[in-house]
Amino acid sequence: MPPYKRILVACGTAVATSTVVAKAIEEALEAKGIPVRVTQCKASEVPSKAADADLIVSTTPVPTDHGKPVIQTLAFLTGIGKEAVLEQIIAKLTE
Amino acid sequence: MPLSENLVKDAIVLHLQAECWTDVVKVLGGKLEAAGYVKETYTCAVIEREKTLPTGLPLGGSYDVAIPHTDVIHVLKPGIAFATLEKPVNFQNMVDPSQAVPVSLVFMLALSEPHAQVEMLQEIAGVFQDLSLVESLMQLNDTAEVLTLLKR
Repeated sequence: MPPYKRILVACGTAVATSTVVAKAIEEALEAKGIPVRVTQCKASEVPSKAADADLIVSTTPVPTDHGKPVIQTLAFLTGIGKEAVLEQIIAKLTE
Repeated sequence: MPLSENLVKDAIVLHLQAECWTDVVKVLGGKLEAAGYVKETYTCAVIEREKTLPTGLPLGGSYDVAIPHTDVIHVLKPGIAFATLEKPVNFQNMVDPSQAVPVSLVFMLALSEPHAQVEMLQEIAGVFQDLSLVESLMQLNDTAEVLTLLKR
């Protein structure tokens, strides 16, 4: 087990949205002292990359039949409900 | 580079009269192309992408936004086009494409490198999270004022 949790951040084209979300999650979890490694991908790449992640955070609908927890949220873009989603992420990572 | 420096002055349209979301994408795409920021394939690529991967974002205030964009291969150099709409047009919700979002502000992104323009993208998200700034943007009539307001 690596000494950090692996979060896969997915959006449509992995160009814009997931960049903002990945950075926001990284900074927020770092501030809470939780070591994570965040990588980005396209929504369509989730099935092939889910195996290497502990949690998937997506801003678009993604497949969920890969056995890994998925959180779909716009909170890191719009700010709405950000704290609640962060708590949800932490809960999933420490389950 | 901050947001205000990435906004393409000639691709800012205030109080645009649009009937549907494709109108907005075509107007802003045309302006980005004329200003030399994107290839002629860009506008069609944005429209095609928006159909399957929509970018409408409800902000929880009086006005909602959309951030249409596409793959980097259609972009020549990074820039952002911006429009406020005279009346809202529906985009579909990014996280739930079955839901329509009545959008009043559009930031159309021309990104040339994945993951590279983090600071600029964070600033855009920062605008979305400042509802009084969003309301102020809706009131503006002069493109120079947009740059001033976003430079703060």
